[in-house]
Amino acid sequence: MPLFEAVVLALRTIRAQKLKSGFSLIGVFIGVTFLIAAWSIVNGINLYMTDKFAGTLVGVNTFHLRRRPQFTPNVSDSMWRAWARRPRITFGDAEAVANGIGVPVVTAWESSDRVTIEAGGKKVLDVQVTGATERYFDIKNLKIANGRAFTAQEVRSGVPVIVLGEEIALKLFPARDPVGQQVRIGGQPYRVIGVVDHQGKLLGFSLDRFAIAPARSPIQDLVNPPGIVDALIVKAGSLTAMREAMSEAEGIMRSRRHLRPRTDNNFVLETSEGVLEFWGGIQKILVVIGPGLVGVSLVVGGIVIMNIMLMAVAERTREIGLRKSLGARRTDILRQFLAESATIATVGAALGVLTGVGLSLLLNATTALPATVSPASILLGVVIGMGVGVIAGVYPATRAARLDPITALRQE
Amino acid sequence: MSLQEFRTGDTPLPDVVILTHKLTRDYDMGSEMVRALRGVSVQIRKNEYVAVMGPSGSGKSTLMNLVGCLDTPTSGEYWLNSQKVSDLVDDELARIRNKEIGFVFQTFNLLPRADALHNVELPLIYAGLGAKERRARAAQALERVGLGDRMDHRPNELSGGQRQRVAIARALVNEPSILLADEPTGNLDSTTGMEIMGLFRELHNAGQTVVMVTHEQDIAAQAARVITLRDGVVATDQLQAA
Repeated sequence: MPLFEAVVLALRTIRAQKLKSGFSLIGVFIGVTFLIAAWSIVNGINLYMTDKFAGTLVGVNTFHLRRRPQFTPNVSDSMWRAWARRPRITFGDAEAVANGIGVPVVTAWESSDRVTIEAGGKKVLDVQVTGATERYFDIKNLKIANGRAFTAQEVRSGVPVIVLGEEIALKLFPARDPVGQQVRIGGQPYRVIGVVDHQGKLLGFSLDRFAIAPARSPIQDLVNPPGIVDALIVKAGSLTAMREAMSEAEGIMRSRRHLRPRTDNNFVLETSEGVLEFWGGIQKILVVIGPGLVGVSLVVGGIVIMNIMLMAVAERTREIGLRKSLGARRTDILRQFLAESATIATVGAALGVLTGVGLSLLLNATTALPATVSPASILLGVVIGMGVGVIAGVYPATRAARLDPITALRQE
Repeated sequence: MSLQEFRTGDTPLPDVVILTHKLTRDYDMGSEMVRALRGVSVQIRKNEYVAVMGPSGSGKSTLMNLVGCLDTPTSGEYWLNSQKVSDLVDDELARIRNKEIGFVFQTFNLLPRADALHNVELPLIYAGLGAKERRARAAQALERVGLGDRMDHRPNELSGGQRQRVAIARALVNEPSILLADEPTGNLDSTTGMEIMGLFRELHNAGQTVVMVTHEQDIAAQAARVITLRDGVVATDQLQAA
């Protein structure tokens, strides 16, 4: 009997015994659903991390000079205390490094804190306000939708002007053009000169909830102690240029801080790789747990299918005897039952794929988790499902194939 | 019936469909050996109509299983259509069953979930025929047994006699050398039984070789030749007037 006939026969049997087949495919169904959904979530976060998160928060070919790393998993207390004892990055450090790097780079200062912004009677709490230099907008790829960014001149003289994120602008000035209006932060007035284009969301957090003022404007007293910056951002034209700039920056900082050759750096040069490392740590855990859970449910699913197939062989002993008497060879019977269990499992896997994909889309639409379905996971889901079916079917099918036709025919 | 004596090493005459020579079959029942057949030698020619009779335990079922290639003998020879099948292995026997033998069972043995057409198609599936040809030949076979209008009926929608007709159509669909019937009227009332016997006679008249196991005298009376077994050997082998 050709394989196609065997599959048709299997589908016919499944259709005739809907309930039993339904139960037998549930294990594989759950396993594959979980596989697709979990994979989609990991895959989605991964895409987010590499494309958006790392790019948005650090930037391509960009490094940050900081006192301590910004994104770190599992830092011990002693490590944390050691970091806290490090000297901070001063205006002097930032200027020296920015001017000292030989390769062509773009640099900007960045110092942030969370503050309340007011305008008229309105108030927005918990806004990330950043004191920055003029090239910050270029490095962060922030396009001005309305108005303008501040200039080098305004940074040098510390003019109290401010550029708002879209969300802040909309909340404070729902009906008016924000440009030219005044906002107050910590009691100080700032004139709004521009609004940044829509940035969207990251892991459910709005990326439009910020404001940027010149580094030497009164904002500096809010975000940091006098003369201190959180980070100097250095963006190079290429990866090699970035590496070169990093080693130059390291040399400048070590000499400014009089570090001996064997002493460790008391500052960090953080790249997007550092952020990805942090995500890699989380991913490693998911990659171990995920397949474990999928594996368990598939093994259970396989055992269920095997049991149901054994029952089917016992129930259909007479049918097997008849088929043999009509000329079915062992391979025909073997193939029939293997096709049946593989078909059951594949149907389960296909339903699992559909549900998994649906679940991922639902998660994507309703929660902050950026689930993205990977085509490879669909293929793997179906292949694994089919494989489970074949493996679970081998023993029952072999038993069926070995039945003696005379005994089988005699059975009631 | 002037058949020549068969000796080991001979080959059967071309018109002999079934030839058994000193066929024995022992069953190992653990504590004792059951000698179901103790040397059965029979020859059945093309287009014969033979009934095999005998009390239970006489070995007629064992003989049927051997003749039907469902079982292999302990010793002796079995030639089917000039091919020695007594030393074939499992899958080769399956092929012989498929090509040469049409089974009709007492309990019909139809697949309950399949319609008449699909039931009749079964042997052709294992013969490796394409779907189109299968359907055409199965339909033809059903028409031959008078069920041309019941092809899409399932067994539970058919009467006992109709079910047995489906089974006969299934047995005939591969154009087998022998039609092998095991108590074909055992589950039918006498009227329906006689109808089935009428069908057998028709098939025999059309050239079909028929071998039938029965314990009913009036059913056996339909056949042209009656072989009686007793204690694993042939007791009588008689031609009877039609």
